[in-house]
Amino acid sequence: MSVSVATPHGRGKITDIASLRSRFPGLAQRVHGKPLAYLDNAASSQCPDVVLDAMLEQQRSNHANVHRGVHALSERATEAYEGAREKVRAYLNASGTDEIVFTRGTTESINLVAASLGAELLREGDEVLISHMEHHSNIIPWQLVCERTGARLVPAPITDSGELDLAAFERLLTERTRIVAITHVSNALGTVNPLERIVDLAHAAGARVLVDGAQAMAHLKPDVAALDCDFYAFSGHKMFAPTGIGVLYGKRAVLDRMPPYQGGGEMILSVSFDKTVYNALPYKFEAGTPNITGAVALGAAIDFLDGIDFDALAAHEHALLAYATERVAALPGARIIGTAAHKAAVLSFVLDRVHAHDVGTIVDSEGVAIRTGHHCAMPVMERFGVPATARASLALYNNRDDVDRLIVGLERALEIFS
Amino acid sequence: MNELKELYREVILDHNRSPRNFGELEGADRVVEGVNPLCGDRMTLYVKLGDGRIADIKFKGTGCAISVASSSLMTERVKGATVEESMRLFEQIHEMLTGSGAPPEALDKLAALGGVREYPARVKCASLGWHALKTALSGDGDRVSTE
Repeated sequence: MSVSVATPHGRGKITDIASLRSRFPGLAQRVHGKPLAYLDNAASSQCPDVVLDAMLEQQRSNHANVHRGVHALSERATEAYEGAREKVRAYLNASGTDEIVFTRGTTESINLVAASLGAELLREGDEVLISHMEHHSNIIPWQLVCERTGARLVPAPITDSGELDLAAFERLLTERTRIVAITHVSNALGTVNPLERIVDLAHAAGARVLVDGAQAMAHLKPDVAALDCDFYAFSGHKMFAPTGIGVLYGKRAVLDRMPPYQGGGEMILSVSFDKTVYNALPYKFEAGTPNITGAVALGAAIDFLDGIDFDALAAHEHALLAYATERVAALPGARIIGTAAHKAAVLSFVLDRVHAHDVGTIVDSEGVAIRTGHHCAMPVMERFGVPATARASLALYNNRDDVDRLIVGLERALEIFS
Repeated sequence: MNELKELYREVILDHNRSPRNFGELEGADRVVEGVNPLCGDRMTLYVKLGDGRIADIKFKGTGCAISVASSSLMTERVKGATVEESMRLFEQIHEMLTGSGAPPEALDKLAALGGVREYPARVKCASLGWHALKTALSGDGDRVSTE
């Protein structure tokens, strides 16, 4: 493994991205007798050795409940859990660990904000502005709270290339808009949204901004202080950690005013049948025993990502995406869905002779894992007039060979359906 | 690779390319919407009944090859059949797609759908039209979902 020259901070970061593939044991297996080409990273990414080791060590040596016992194991578990929170804080450049709430994942993070802030803030006639490219998990929580409060859900349109129509977004942003909820990177199209501009516009209109960062974390390094968003939500399992752990970053002043989301242990200071005093941030939003091992694993994934030079990572992924786009587009009857100027790691496409679902089965027989279907983004499918797409989504460990294997699978599909 | 050939047999590919009884049926007695939420397959089944038989049947919609071919083969087979025969056929198809025994001889051309059994994720695709048929014949609703 080569290590780059020192960064301005004097710390060596890995620039040889191709060398990282060997760190992922899950990739070294055969599927249907063929070596695995894993191209379903937008659904879930594989875990590197350091994450797997951290999980095993946590369960083997430090397993106990957190914030409760005075015994050694409980103290070690608490230290590991809170240590992971500090890693998340530092990575996101949040101002304090009280702004980092551990959740089950992006979906729970968004539901927390929609249920808690939404119910507190929204009144009849108010509006929640989202975009046409949102994942269902950034649509339905808002629909639910709109139904309860009489507020209106407003989707901003997207262009034929799959970019947010910023002019229309500006027009739809009014004094009635209380919350803007927008994805950082589209899971179905790969579009990277101009967050700085969106946050500026939303704040100027007096709205709070939630960013769905689920698809961004494996490719970009968000700085929440620079972005100035009010919330940033993401999942561990799309950034090389396991499923069942995620994060809600929220600005302290905003989180502080929000009522609890769920009740239970951990989120209280004192309880009587007359009155309960809620715990301080972030524990107010962490009812019940949390996913301790998941948080520790997320901390290990963040250490892993933090050791990588993100310019080199972006160069690697962009070159591979360009190569994959060129190869797929050259196939007869292929149409790429999502051609935004600024894209990350996602290649959605349709073949006019072969339904996406058949494509998925046929490439799987070649050991190639892709996602087919509506990608939990049915409004996007409707916008582009397709029932489903095939989606190859890249991560840092993918290479040209994976893409070539995909092409072999797609050629086989075209041959069967010729 | 052989399993893949079993799945995409020529008869399946043919019925996908040129689905039989495809389109709307004017004056249908039963109209059932079928959706497969996972893959976005959507189909509408139209059935005209008379004397305890399926006098006419058509379908339209979008779906993968397995789903389109299965619906096409189904309409071809049950057109003119009695309601009772068709319901029995549903059970046999269901057993073939989810069970382990050899497909009954009575299934004839429909046995081409047997390859789907090796692909559990695709059983829903092959079943969609059949579930719509069962709902249409039992008259207990106008929507069916594979979820």
